[in-house]
Amino acid sequence: MAQQHELNTQISLPLSKAVEISFNSVKIRFGRSLITVSGIVLAIAFLMSIWAGNSIIDGLMAASDPKINLILQQKGVEIDPDSAAAMQQRSKDAWLVVLSLLVCLVGIANAMLMSVTERFREIGTMKCMGALDGFIIKLFILESTFMGTAGTVIGVIIGFLLTALLNMSSFGTVIFDHLPMAQILEDGLKAVVIGSVLSLVGGILPAYRAAKMEPVDAMSLEV
Amino acid sequence: MAAEEKTETNAEAEEATVVRTQDVKKVYIMGEEQIHALKGVDLEVTQGEYLSIMGPSGSGKSTLFNMVGGLDKPTEGKVYIDDVDVAQLDAYELAWLRCRKIGYIFQSYNLIPVMTALENVTLPMVFAGLTSDEARDKGVELLTQVGLGERVMHKPFELSGGQQQRVAVARAFANDPAIILADEPTGNLDLNTGREIIELLRQMNEESGVTVISATHDHKMLSVSDRVVWVRDGRVDRIIDRDELKIEVGTIDGHE
Repeated sequence: MAQQHELNTQISLPLSKAVEISFNSVKIRFGRSLITVSGIVLAIAFLMSIWAGNSIIDGLMAASDPKINLILQQKGVEIDPDSAAAMQQRSKDAWLVVLSLLVCLVGIANAMLMSVTERFREIGTMKCMGALDGFIIKLFILESTFMGTAGTVIGVIIGFLLTALLNMSSFGTVIFDHLPMAQILEDGLKAVVIGSVLSLVGGILPAYRAAKMEPVDAMSLEV
Repeated sequence: MAAEEKTETNAEAEEATVVRTQDVKKVYIMGEEQIHALKGVDLEVTQGEYLSIMGPSGSGKSTLFNMVGGLDKPTEGKVYIDDVDVAQLDAYELAWLRCRKIGYIFQSYNLIPVMTALENVTLPMVFAGLTSDEARDKGVELLTQVGLGERVMHKPFELSGGQQQRVAVARAFANDPAIILADEPTGNLDLNTGREIIELLRQMNEESGVTVISATHDHKMLSVSDRVVWVRDGRVDRIIDRDELKIEVGTIDGHE
């Protein structure tokens, strides 16, 4: 029992080191990472643009300025939020968002699976060096979370800027007078959380697969 | 001084057995067919010796090698590493064994491509719980020892094959293992570079008293080995000691 305890304290991968390794891993495969990240960026930018667009319109409507209301009506925006047309629009938006997030999830899982496959030898080598299953899982999950978080933040910014630009061309700079900043910040934070969780979920299965590899396979595999 | 150490380790080596296999059998099932890779192998490896396992491909050489290194478990029979039955170890203890007791050297070097030479060497030390500073100092020392003190920050693709294998040798020694397992360490290297790696291994073996077990069909390995185990058709065909070996190599190769 005492010996067991001794063993437990003798193999470790400190989080700081794991972060360093997986960060470098992402950095060095920059081109590949960029493609993975761009999938996340697009999905989150789409999500953000829908949310931010709604927030901007809400802001304009809340202003109750007759002049603005006139422009809104001209642009075909439904002023009454309880009308059938507005409800339909909202459910359509929700579907689009869910679909784009699903595509994003599959994209991340696929990219991480490929990353695992092309690194069989590396993983097996690490296991020969004494890495536990947990180390490998830690490294791959961190890696996908890094890419996910970076992609999400970029996506939020791009999504917001594009929406603001589009709305500015429709309504003019007046949108900035009635910009509901708190609401948009909240949308942004929500999007960041969703993106990070998605990449975490997408990374779990590939990481598990990597961790279950036997070191002997790594030695015999010709890649 | 090195000579002193050597006699010391040799004296110890008389008794201590590092690896022992007892009637080890391994059966692989390929679809309907059963392949008997090992058909009962008894082998003892003593501490500090330089042992080569030779045999044609398909002879069971690699399987035996993997058994001895705790990478594979026998279907029947037992493998003891440091008097511990490998089959009894759980995943954690196996990882510990691989981390602390065994250093691996591969035919294709298997360095982690995204890490510098130093990071590659220090990775096993990190697993073993050394602090970054300790690991770095020891890593630089090991790399200097294998003649790469100037190339500590190079990535694997910036190094030649021989240099990469030197990094791998340094990495294998990272946690002062009891056993070095080298799987065809010269397989991807040209004649001279291969000879350098063999000499490096032999030199480290003599200096630190580590046991070197190497699977190979490189005849350059013969001249440095203390013992050569020939594997044929899943069995140990014959075991030849160093003294007999020299004569035999002389007669076969003529120029040795």
